[in-house]
Amino acid sequence: MAVAQETVVLSGHIIDSLILAKVLDTILTMDGTFDLEEVSIGKTRHERSTARIVVRAGSAKLLSEILRAIQPHGASVQGETDCQHRAAPADGVFPEDFYATTHLPTQVRLAGQWIDVEGMEMDLGIVVDRETSCARAVPMAGVSRGDAVVVGRSGIRVIPLTRPQERDVFSFMESQVSAERPHGHIIADVARRMRQLREGHRARKAGCKVLVAGGPAIIHAGGREALTWLIEEGFVHVLFCGNALAAHDMEADLYGTSLGYGLSAGRVVPHGHEHHLRTINRIRGIGSIEKAVETGVIKQGIMASCIRHGVELVMAGTIRDDGPLPGVITDSIVAQAAMRAAIPGVGLALLVASTLHAVATGNLLPATIPTVCVDVNPAVPTKLADRGSFQAVGLVMDAASFLRDVARELGAHS
Amino acid sequence: MSRLLVCPPDYFSIDYEINPWMRKVNGVNPEAAVGQWRRLMEVLEHEVGAVLERMTPVRGLPDLVFTANAGVVVGRKAVPSRFRYPERQREEAHFEGWFRDHGYEILMLEPDIYFEGAGDLLRFPDGWFGGYRQRSDIRAFPILSEMFDREILPLELVDDRFYHLDTCFCPLSGGELLYYPAAFDQYAQSAIAERIADTRRLAVPEEEALKFACNAVCVGKHVVLPSGCPETMKWLDVRGYRPYEVPLEEFMKSGGSAKCLTLALD
Repeated sequence: MAVAQETVVLSGHIIDSLILAKVLDTILTMDGTFDLEEVSIGKTRHERSTARIVVRAGSAKLLSEILRAIQPHGASVQGETDCQHRAAPADGVFPEDFYATTHLPTQVRLAGQWIDVEGMEMDLGIVVDRETSCARAVPMAGVSRGDAVVVGRSGIRVIPLTRPQERDVFSFMESQVSAERPHGHIIADVARRMRQLREGHRARKAGCKVLVAGGPAIIHAGGREALTWLIEEGFVHVLFCGNALAAHDMEADLYGTSLGYGLSAGRVVPHGHEHHLRTINRIRGIGSIEKAVETGVIKQGIMASCIRHGVELVMAGTIRDDGPLPGVITDSIVAQAAMRAAIPGVGLALLVASTLHAVATGNLLPATIPTVCVDVNPAVPTKLADRGSFQAVGLVMDAASFLRDVARELGAHS
Repeated sequence: MSRLLVCPPDYFSIDYEINPWMRKVNGVNPEAAVGQWRRLMEVLEHEVGAVLERMTPVRGLPDLVFTANAGVVVGRKAVPSRFRYPERQREEAHFEGWFRDHGYEILMLEPDIYFEGAGDLLRFPDGWFGGYRQRSDIRAFPILSEMFDREILPLELVDDRFYHLDTCFCPLSGGELLYYPAAFDQYAQSAIAERIADTRRLAVPEEEALKFACNAVCVGKHVVLPSGCPETMKWLDVRGYRPYEVPLEEFMKSGGSAKCLTLALD
């Protein structure tokens, strides 16, 4: 998000002379925005007033034009310093007073220039390179000894989100978690965004990928067909899941069950509890999910669609996994890195029916990415918001109903 | 008793062009200039009853005659000007020297803040106004306001023919105002209208504004202004002022008139 900002101070008899009004009008008419951070009004006519104004613009060029236009009226840029940095003492260790990131767009000042920090994510450190004038957010495990890590708080600025121009559910930029709210308009907004993003993605525009992070409840609850349809129609481009979603999806294809329950009859099938193990074992025998799909062993479903449509798939394992399936990453740091690598280019994130994957993905997403967290348990979206992903819209509903409703909005036959 | 600082026009000429009025080809007639200046002094001394303090003119400083730009004087304190153009910066030392020699306490502005004295700072008893954008820097006014514990409302000047506030804005002793609205931006026009009631303001007609009707010297009920401004004269007369007109065309060649040629010392 290329938002540039600068804090200016305006002081003197700025109220009755309308100088303050003129400066603010100038910012707006030049397509900038402002926040009045502090205004102190003189108590007597002789006493001066002071205003601290944060000026924001869509680009550094526009910002400097605005500053040039308001400086003759007395608006002076506040004194600023470069960010401080210190060498990382060891691999995987930040210096003591390292700056911990938020997931908001952030800039650091290096050699007098404000530069955007790349790869913003919450709870990371910032590594700067003076020679190339670059700054990037780096996880603790990813820092190398000697890296220049930003410390302290000077020369760093965090840019609040600007309200998106689209007037939909995401423009509130705050979590709404309630089972009592109507879902229809949220689903309609999600579908509308997905349609726009599919067009953008087809036109190879940046930032148009849709990410789904899902749990196995999608399969149990009967959302498999809807998600498969969404993938086949090109609405989903990245899938984060664990061993279970993949295993039960393929179990359904091979046996017609999900964790042993007959998906159509709804009854426990004799020895059905073995099905997912037999599925995992079969795929392990074949060597990979890709091969299982290519050889026709797995014919349809979420995994088959992902392989056929080139969806970027990251499967992160957990301690309770059976198998796991080939392709499941069992080293959590490696899994985190693989998920992180798939985030750039995402324009919408749907976190569906998984506490683990919703929170893990939420931690990796910059606040600028519209996010929906769907779970039948209100504690999940609440937990996500409590952990800082304030931009996520919470939707308390069953995963299958959500996916079916979205698919129906997008033209699937119910 | 009003005291005014003036400087005889011995070396007055057009040696450079730093405002739209100045044309080197439009040379000054030295004899006519001296005659007009003397006439102005006569009116000020004998009709108005002002006491004149005469500075010694300096060869090579043609605009030293415009003493309004020496600085600003409040009681026994003087803030010497910081001129925007190098052509006039050479006058600074002479004006500062005069204030020092005459026992004024000198208050200095930072060197990078332009401020052209009483040309850009005009006073009503209950509020001062500062002109900026053409010559003075708006940043001068909060500093001056601190120095003298006064409110100063900055007004943006948008027409380079009216490059100092005193070319288009003249507070009168009774609280009335002569001004030329088009010389100001909309915000300044609104600020002026908010402070001075409509009935107490004369928006000088363009023709007279261009003759510098607003560049008038007001001492008590006496107002001395350049000749050729009948509307302004009439308006002043109706409001109980005694207007005097003095021909000052030679000085208009340099973009100055009655007020520019004087600096109020008390």
